Amino acid sequence: MSVALPLPHDSARLHVTGAARYVDDLALPANTLHLAFGLSTVAHGEILSMDLSAVRASKGVVAVWTARDLPFANDVSPSAHDEPLLATDRVHYVGQPVFLVAAESHLAARRAARKGRIAYRELPAILTVDAALAADSRFEGGPVIWSRGDAEAAIAAAPHVIEGRLDIGGQEHFYLEGQAALALPAEGGVVVHASSQHPTEIQHKVAEAIGLPMNAVRVEMRRMGGGFGGKESQGNALAVACALMARAFGRPAKMRYDRDDDMVITGKRHDFRIEYRAGVDTEGRILGIAFRQFARCGWSQDLSLPVCDRAMLHADNAYHLAHIRIESHRLRTNTQSATAFRGFGGPQGMLGIERVMDHVAHALGLDPLAVRRSNFYAERPDPCGAGVAADAAAGAAAETAVSRPRTMDPPRRATARVTENGAPGPQTTPYHQPVEDFILHALTARLEQTSDFHARREAIADWNARQPVLKRGIALTPVKFGISFTLTHLNQAGALVHVYQDGSIHLNHGGTEMGQGLHRKVAQVAAAAFGVEVDAVAISATDTGKVPNTSATAASSGSDLNGMAVKAACDTIRARMAEHLAAEHQTVAADVRFEAGRVFVGGAEMSFAEAAARCHQGRVSLSSTGFYATPKLSWDRKAGRGRPFYYFAYGAAVSEVVIDTLTGENRILRADILHDCGRSLNPAIDIGQIEGGYVQGAGWLTMEELVWDRTGRLRTHAPSTYKIPACSDRPRIFNVALWDGANREETIYRSKAVGEPPLMLGISVFSALAAACAACGPHFPDLRAPATPEAVLAAVNRARGGKRDRERRQA
Amino acid sequence: MAEIGFILNGSPVRVSVTSPTQTLLDWLRTERGLTGTKEGCNEGDCGACTVMVTDADGTRVLNACLLFLPQIHGRAVRTVEGLTGPAGEMHPLQQAMIAHHASQCGFCTPGFVMSLAAAQINGRTDHDDLLAGNLCRCTGYAPIIRAAEAVAGTPAPDWVKDAPAECGPAPFAPTSADELAAWYESHPDAVLIAGATDVGLWVTKHLRDLPEVAFLHACRDLQRIEAVPEGFRIGAGVTIAALRAAMAGPHPAFAGLLRRFASEQVRAAATLGGNIANGSPIGDAAPALIAMGARLGLRKGDVRREIALEDFFLDYGRQDRAKGEFVAWVTLPAEAPGLACYKLSKRFDQDISAVCGCFNMTLEGSIITSARIAFGGMAGVPKRARAVEAALEGRPFTREVIEAAVPALAVDFTPIDDMRASARYRLEAAGNMLVRYLLERTGAKVDVLEVTP
Repeated sequence: MSVALPLPHDSARLHVTGAARYVDDLALPANTLHLAFGLSTVAHGEILSMDLSAVRASKGVVAVWTARDLPFANDVSPSAHDEPLLATDRVHYVGQPVFLVAAESHLAARRAARKGRIAYRELPAILTVDAALAADSRFEGGPVIWSRGDAEAAIAAAPHVIEGRLDIGGQEHFYLEGQAALALPAEGGVVVHASSQHPTEIQHKVAEAIGLPMNAVRVEMRRMGGGFGGKESQGNALAVACALMARAFGRPAKMRYDRDDDMVITGKRHDFRIEYRAGVDTEGRILGIAFRQFARCGWSQDLSLPVCDRAMLHADNAYHLAHIRIESHRLRTNTQSATAFRGFGGPQGMLGIERVMDHVAHALGLDPLAVRRSNFYAERPDPCGAGVAADAAAGAAAETAVSRPRTMDPPRRATARVTENGAPGPQTTPYHQPVEDFILHALTARLEQTSDFHARREAIADWNARQPVLKRGIALTPVKFGISFTLTHLNQAGALVHVYQDGSIHLNHGGTEMGQGLHRKVAQVAAAAFGVEVDAVAISATDTGKVPNTSATAASSGSDLNGMAVKAACDTIRARMAEHLAAEHQTVAADVRFEAGRVFVGGAEMSFAEAAARCHQGRVSLSSTGFYATPKLSWDRKAGRGRPFYYFAYGAAVSEVVIDTLTGENRILRADILHDCGRSLNPAIDIGQIEGGYVQGAGWLTMEELVWDRTGRLRTHAPSTYKIPACSDRPRIFNVALWDGANREETIYRSKAVGEPPLMLGISVFSALAAACAACGPHFPDLRAPATPEAVLAAVNRARGGKRDRERRQA
Repeated sequence: MAEIGFILNGSPVRVSVTSPTQTLLDWLRTERGLTGTKEGCNEGDCGACTVMVTDADGTRVLNACLLFLPQIHGRAVRTVEGLTGPAGEMHPLQQAMIAHHASQCGFCTPGFVMSLAAAQINGRTDHDDLLAGNLCRCTGYAPIIRAAEAVAGTPAPDWVKDAPAECGPAPFAPTSADELAAWYESHPDAVLIAGATDVGLWVTKHLRDLPEVAFLHACRDLQRIEAVPEGFRIGAGVTIAALRAAMAGPHPAFAGLLRRFASEQVRAAATLGGNIANGSPIGDAAPALIAMGARLGLRKGDVRREIALEDFFLDYGRQDRAKGEFVAWVTLPAEAPGLACYKLSKRFDQDISAVCGCFNMTLEGSIITSARIAFGGMAGVPKRARAVEAALEGRPFTREVIEAAVPALAVDFTPIDDMRASARYRLEAAGNMLVRYLLERTGAKVDVLEVTP
C-alpha cells in the first residue's frame, strides 16, 4: 500500500533540475506592471505631508498611490481589521508601507519607491517590553490569565522556591523564496498567483479590496519556497496591491519583496520575556508555579492572540502542574507585527518550563533529567483506550511501543487522578484537557538508551574537569505539542477528487505545498484508497476555484485535515464504483477489493483503468468532494478551559554541545532524536521535517538574533547580518528515529502531525549550552536566548560569579 | 553599448550590454527565461543563484546576483538547466539529491546542485566549506550531505565540463596593470570593479548608478603571487580563494582565517586588493596582514609606492589613496610562525567578524621580543594594538604578563555597540583572545571546531 512508503517529494525531480516554478518564475505578459512599496522611516509618527513628485517623475513609473487612492477597503489584516495596506494618517513602525508604486520594471519600481519625501511629526515609539508595560500599550485590554488550583498557596507552602526570568529572542522566517504575488486581470475579476499558506484569505482580502464578491477572485498557489508561518498572513499586502493595480490598469501586476524589504516589512516570531516562580519539593517536583509571559506583538494584532494563547497552552510542556497560574501580556509595540512562525507561540511557552526544569535542578543539585521525569504526566493507566481498540492492528502496534525497554527508574504513576466512578483517570493539563496519550516515559527511556546518555554525560564531566578553556554540555529535553487550531472552526478541510475514465486520478485539496511534502502524503492517501500506485495520482496547484473556504496550511494540520478530506472523497467514489461493479457481477459491494492496481469483483478481476472505464460507461459519477472536521474539540479560550487539541505529538532530543569559555563560541556536536509521528504516512518526509525542524529550532536559540536600534530600525535585515544555520552548523552526528506507535485517535491512517513539533527539539541545544555554562562555576548561568557567543560568555561569567569574583579567586 | 561573448550551457552566446552593471542573474531570469537560478537575497549570502563558471583558471561557482555581465566575457557559464545530459538524463548528483530526500521547498536546491556539481569536477569533498555559501532553511542540511557523500569520488559527467570561450578582448576591462594605471589616472572618478562582491551591493541594494567603471579581471599581471626577497608579493587581483591555497603552506593560520572568509562563491570572486581598498573596518584580510607586517603597494600612473598596510587605513571610510591611484600589490613575509588569527562571529561560516584578532609574537626563550597585534571590528579601521604590544614586548610570555597587558586594549580601542556585538563584549573577547593565544601556544585545547563528539 502506498501509505507509509518513504517516497521522495512529489516535486523532487523538478527541484533538482530547476524546473519547479515559483511565483517569480512565471512567464509574464510584456505589459506587466511591477510594484514596490514606499516605506515609513520612523517608528511612530503622524504623517504631515507627502511629496511624491520625485517618485512620479522616476523613470518607468506608471502610478503612485497612497491610502486616498484606494477604492474600497484599506485592510490586509487577518484578524482585527487594524492593518491598512497603506498607512493613513499615522505610521506605526519603520518599514510600514506608506505608498505604492507601479512601474514598468521591478528595478524601476524599487528605485522610485525610495524617492518619496514624507514629513512626519514623530511620536514616542514603544519598542520594548518595559516601555509597553509603562504605557499600558497592549492588545485585549489587560493580561489574559488562566489558572488551575491555587498556585500562590502551593508555592508558599513549598520547601523551595525558584524564581527567575528568561528573555527569548524572536526569529526571522528566512524562507528562501521571498514574498511574491502576481495578479492577472480576468473577465469579471482577477486571478491571483501568490506565495501563500492561505489562499482563501488572499481571496477574501483581495475581494474586499477590489469591491467584488469572493467568486470574482481565483487564487492559485502551486508551491512556496518555504513558509514556516511567514506566509500565513504576510502575503496579503502584496496580493492586494497587485489586484488593485490589475483592476485599475487592466494590466498584470506583480510584486515581490527584495530580501531587505521583506525582512523590514514583514512580521517575525514573537520575542518573549517569561518570568517564573516555582515552589518545589526536595526531589524537584513542582508543587505550584506562576508564569508571567510578555510578548512583543508589534504594531497590529495579526495572529498575536492565538500565538500568545498557544504559548500559554504549552507552559506545561510534558509536565503535570497541578497548581498553576499563567498571566499573558500581549504588548503592542512600534515594530513589525509579529506573526505566525512554526510552533506559533508553543516554543516560547515550552522554553519557559524547560528553563524552570534546568533552574530547579541547578538550585537543588539534582539531575535535570530526573527532575524532568519526576514532573512528567503520568502514563495513561489504560494504554489500550477506546480509540486504539477501534483499530486492532494499530492497537497492537501501540502495545509493542509501550512495552519497549523501560526507564531506569519506573515511571511515576502514583498521582494519576481518580475519576468519579473510582477508576483512575488521566491527569489533565492546566487548561483541563485530559492527557490520554502520554508516551514520554517510554520514549525518553528508549532515547536515553540509544543515545548512551548517561555514559556520555559522565564522560563529559570527566572531560570538563580536564579542560581549562572548552566545556561540553549534554541535555535531554522532551516535547509534547498540541495538535489542532485553537480557533476551533479552522479545523476543517475540503477536497475534490476526479477519477478519469483511463484510471488516472486527479485531486485538489485545501492545503498548500511549502516544501513539507504535503501533496506527496495526500497522494499516498488517495492511492491507498484506490489500491493504485502513487504515480497514478496527480495533484495540481491549490486553487480557490476547486476547493473553497479553506483554512491556512498551518498548525501542523495539513496532512491530518486534508488527508482525511481526500480520503472521504476517495471513499465516496470507491463506494460508487464498488456498487456498480458488484451489480455488474451479481455480487455485493463488500466483495469488491481495490488492490495493487487491480480491482477484484467477486471472482472477476480487472485493472483499475478498466474498472474506471466500466463505471463511466455505466454512468457512475467518478468525481466527488470530500470534507473533514476534526472531532472532539471544544475550547473556551476566555476561560482557558476545554479540549483545544485533538491529540498531542511527542518527541525528545539529546544534544551535546561544546563552548569556548573565552569567547562564548559554541558548537553542536551531536544530536539524537526520537520522535512520534504516530503511524507515519511517509517516514522519509517525516524524518526530513524532524531534521530540518531541529536545526531551525537550534538556530532560533543560538545564532539567530534580531536587533533593533533605539529608533526602532531593524538592524538585522539581510542574511549578511541575520545568520540562519549554515551547513557546518548541523550536528556532525545526527541520529533521528521515529517512535514506533500509532495515534490513539482516529487520524489519517493513525499518523500524527509533524510540521511544528520537531522545532522544539532544538530546545535541547539551549539546555545543553546552559549545562556547559554551568560547568564553569557554582552559580546559575541564567543563559538568555538566543545563546550567541556574547550571551554564552555572559552566562559563563555569571556561573563563575562575575568577572571580579573570578579575578579575586585567581589572585 | 558593447557586446560580450561567452558560453552558456554549452552554446556560445553574444549579448549587447546596455548597462555594464546588469547582473548575470537578472539577465538569465528575465531575458533568457532560465528561471532555475533563483534570487534569494540579491547580495551573495544565500547561494540560491549559484552558477558554475569556467575560465582559464578552471571551474568555480559564483553568485550570479553579484556578477556583472562584462565579467563573464570569454568564460563559460553553466546553470542548473545545463546539468541535464544530452539525452535528457539527469546528472548523477541530481539523482542522489532525489534519492536522499535532499530537497523540501526546492528553492535553494539549484544552488546546492551547482555547488556540488562543481565540487565533483574539482574532486573536492570538503562539503562544509564548499557549501557554506548555500543556505537551506528546510532540511537542516543532513540529507544534502548524504547526497553529496553518495557521489563523492565519482567522475563528473563529460557534458558538464566546459572550456572557456575565445571571444576577443573584454569591454570595460583593461588587460594589464599598465593599461589600467594609465586609464585610471585619466579617469580618476571611475569605479574599479574586481570581484564585485562589494561593489555589487552598491548596485543591487543601494540602487546606485555607477559612473564610469573598469573591470579588473582581465589584468592577469595583477593576479600573480611571486616570491620576492622579503617573502611574497601578492597581486591585488589575486582572489581570496587563490590566496588561501597559496598561504596553506607558508602561513597556515592566515589560510585558516581565509577559510572562514565569506563563502566559496565569494572567495572565488573577491580579491585581496578589493578587500583592502574598500577600507572596511571588518575586512578579515587586513588584521592578519598587519600582524604579519605586510606592506601595501599603490600605483598611480607610473608612480609606485609601498607603505605599511596599517598606514593605509586613515579613518573610517578614509584611506591613504590618491585620486586615480589603485591598490596594486601586498608584500608579506615568507614566514610568521607565531601568527594566530581568531575570528569571532555569531555563525562560524560566512559571517562578518564581530572581532577579528590576529597575533604575531616572537619569543626568544621565554621573552616576547616582538609583538604585532591587530584587530578588525574594534575601531573604524583595522588597527594595531600598540599599547598592548608595548605592554608585552620585552616581558616573559606568561599568563601574568598577558593578563596585565589586557587592560591596555581599552587604551587602543573604543569599540562600538552594533548588531554584531556590544562594545563591552568586544573588549572582553579581545582580551580573552590574548589569553587564548598564550594557552594555544602552550598546548591547551582552545578551538571548539576541533572537538569531536
